[in-house]
Amino acid sequence: MNGNETGTVNILVCGVGGQGVMTAAEILAQTAISLGFDVKKTEVSGMSQRGGVVKSHVRFGEKVMSPSIPSGEADILLGFEPAEAMRAIGQLRPAGVALINTRRIVPPIVSFGIYEYPDDPVDEIRKTGCRIHTFDAGKIAQDLGQMRLGNSVMLGAVADHLPFEAKYLRKQLVLQFEARKPELVALNEQAFEAGRQAASASTFKLQSA
Amino acid sequence: MNITYKLPSEEKVLMSGNEAVARAVWESGVRVACAYPGTPSTEILENLATYDDIHAHWSVNEKTSLEVAIGASIAGSRAFCCMKHVGVNVAADALMSLTLSGVRGGLVIAVADDVGFSSSQNEQDTRYWGRFAHLPVFEPSDSQEAHDMIKDAFSLSEKYATPVIVRMTTRICHVKGLVQLGERLKPDGKKFERDPAHWVMIPAHARERQKHQFERDDQLALLSEETSWNPVIEGNDKTIGFVASGPAFMHVREAFPDAPILKLGFSHPVPVEKIRDFGETVDNLLVVEETEPLVENTLKAAGIRCHGKDILPRCGELQPHIISSGVDVLLNGAKAGEAEKVPSVFPRPPSMCVGCPHLPPFYCLSKLTKKATIVGDIGCYTLGAGHPWRALDTTISMGASMGMALGMDLGRVEADKNKAIISVIGDSTFLHMGMQGLLEINYNHGNVTVLLLDNSTTGMTGGQDHAGTGRDIYGAATPKVDFLKLCEALGVNPERIHTVDPYEMPSLYKLIKQEIAQPETSVIITNKPCVLIDQFERKPAFRVIDENCSGCANCLKVGCPAINVTRRETEIRKSGSPFERAWVTIDTAACTGCDLCRQTCVYDAIVVDQAGV
Repeated sequence: MNGNETGTVNILVCGVGGQGVMTAAEILAQTAISLGFDVKKTEVSGMSQRGGVVKSHVRFGEKVMSPSIPSGEADILLGFEPAEAMRAIGQLRPAGVALINTRRIVPPIVSFGIYEYPDDPVDEIRKTGCRIHTFDAGKIAQDLGQMRLGNSVMLGAVADHLPFEAKYLRKQLVLQFEARKPELVALNEQAFEAGRQAASASTFKLQSA
Repeated sequence: MNITYKLPSEEKVLMSGNEAVARAVWESGVRVACAYPGTPSTEILENLATYDDIHAHWSVNEKTSLEVAIGASIAGSRAFCCMKHVGVNVAADALMSLTLSGVRGGLVIAVADDVGFSSSQNEQDTRYWGRFAHLPVFEPSDSQEAHDMIKDAFSLSEKYATPVIVRMTTRICHVKGLVQLGERLKPDGKKFERDPAHWVMIPAHARERQKHQFERDDQLALLSEETSWNPVIEGNDKTIGFVASGPAFMHVREAFPDAPILKLGFSHPVPVEKIRDFGETVDNLLVVEETEPLVENTLKAAGIRCHGKDILPRCGELQPHIISSGVDVLLNGAKAGEAEKVPSVFPRPPSMCVGCPHLPPFYCLSKLTKKATIVGDIGCYTLGAGHPWRALDTTISMGASMGMALGMDLGRVEADKNKAIISVIGDSTFLHMGMQGLLEINYNHGNVTVLLLDNSTTGMTGGQDHAGTGRDIYGAATPKVDFLKLCEALGVNPERIHTVDPYEMPSLYKLIKQEIAQPETSVIITNKPCVLIDQFERKPAFRVIDENCSGCANCLKVGCPAINVTRRETEIRKSGSPFERAWVTIDTAACTGCDLCRQTCVYDAIVVDQAGV
């Protein structure tokens, strides 16, 4: 993960409203700031609370100009939902890395029988030739006892693919929870580590605590 | 949301454009700030409400908001209001005379344009108002500039006694970047002195004030030529010199790091002579602006050769690669680039929430589309136009459902004489601009069945309080509008006003049918809160008994996102027509226990999930 020729690192986080995409992007941005980078972060979140698509761009480097990642120049795609990752895959550079939660969120429009959910979005992504890590963040979070931990699992998953050590991202995650919900720090750290493991091994088994 | 006022000055903080504006308003010593919520501007006031030494409030609409700011300014204080682009249309009556009277305390209006239609009914360019109302317009290109321009806008407002527009776009409001904070000025000002010739806009006075307006135009034009907000950024590659404002400036810098750029931060009046000189130094001049060709046309009218919308899109957000392909057209005669290849994935339009109190009215209305014309309005319930309900026939603008419904009633042709007219409007929208329309209906003998969906919040913008919730922006108690009494006061026959629990769907359906048969106007008020606000109470979740589910798919017609299809089959009926069966499951983690799907199930397949009780 080297970033592009101008030295700007581009992370595209995508998913569905309510999954915590914007929060994850915020923590990534804050981590980059804590390491002295210039940072810009932008969302396309049309009515994000209403189950729509949410895409967050996080860019950092010496000096960031446009807040939007130029098409085809994302270094990392952090996909909270497989069909959304498939939708966004064209924005990943050919040598980029995709970290994808395989847990599906089927929208009403599919339930109503108007559209079909793709048979195998992960396979479609794999066909593009990018490096890809897949895991069921939903299952990992459930096994740890709370669906809401999915966000920390996703951050753990991206942690070893960043141009800085995983500990900085973990520290920022801890800071976030210490400020608001200190009782959840330990559990989220656990989720973070589980995510790290999940994204490094193709088959993931939760370590018994 | 950052609580930014507690942060010391000299600190660099990651802030959205909206947060940066709020901080700058506070630093500028503003005493009064107000707004009606509107995407993408809403967070400015939400943020200002976290500062404890400034008066912030939610306005009833954008016009009252601007009027409050005008009053505060004439009283001697610095004042601020903000709105989304379409809000200026509502505020325009006040704006167009305010430009004549001018201001005392600095008055800044931040307007957020929804370039790209993320959550709006049109894509109008607010910079037109600068030209129309003879007002200076700032255009920030990131959070830091938004912060700094607001502060300069207040100084300029007082120096030239003019209101100032700070024009933002979604890509400024919702982008986060680092912002260097500053100190707060202490609110100041001189006491109000009576001066009717200045402040009473009767024709004789207004005519005099107009002279000041034209003088001010000239002064501002000179300022625009000189201000450091319109710098030339040198570049070695003189093939194209760019004139760019707002986020477009950042995209140009990204795509053409070696090109000279004249950056327009103070974009109205346009610094025509400065641009003329700049144009002489480059081979081609290209204006990059969102969205209308305002600067381009000004330059062309001044005889300056330039390109712009001949090679760049006329609508939507610009991006570095969009500008690059436009330049390719200009330099190489290439045809406009192909649209970005996007894998074919189902769309994921926004939907109503699980257990939303708007689901039952739209379920009922979906059964009545042949019997009635349904006139919609602006809010979450505009989603009722989508699947599975498809229960809205029109939506134009905030509050328009009332007047339009009367027009539909009066303008109906013979073939529609038996069709009822139903209008659907939310609580906040009704207070914003709808109630005048209801008055018009009653004053003019209209026959409309109004569904007033009161969910105790301004839902679509994220749940803001309003005059009908009984709470102000700080959560403190205020007088709460009684919708029933209000409708009565507006002339609706008290016997035709009903308050109902929407979750009792059979009664709601019966009531709507009863009221559309009446020869006069009725109002049906639903009274359950939005599922996203604190007042909402969850009940035990439901689940599906698989053996009982017949696949009739009735429950899917409610439109609740917690109901998922497990399998489908097409069955051929005796008549030969196909029938699509769909067996379902309920996402019990998401289910709020609203009971709506159970009410549609005649096979007793939906029951309370005892595991969750």
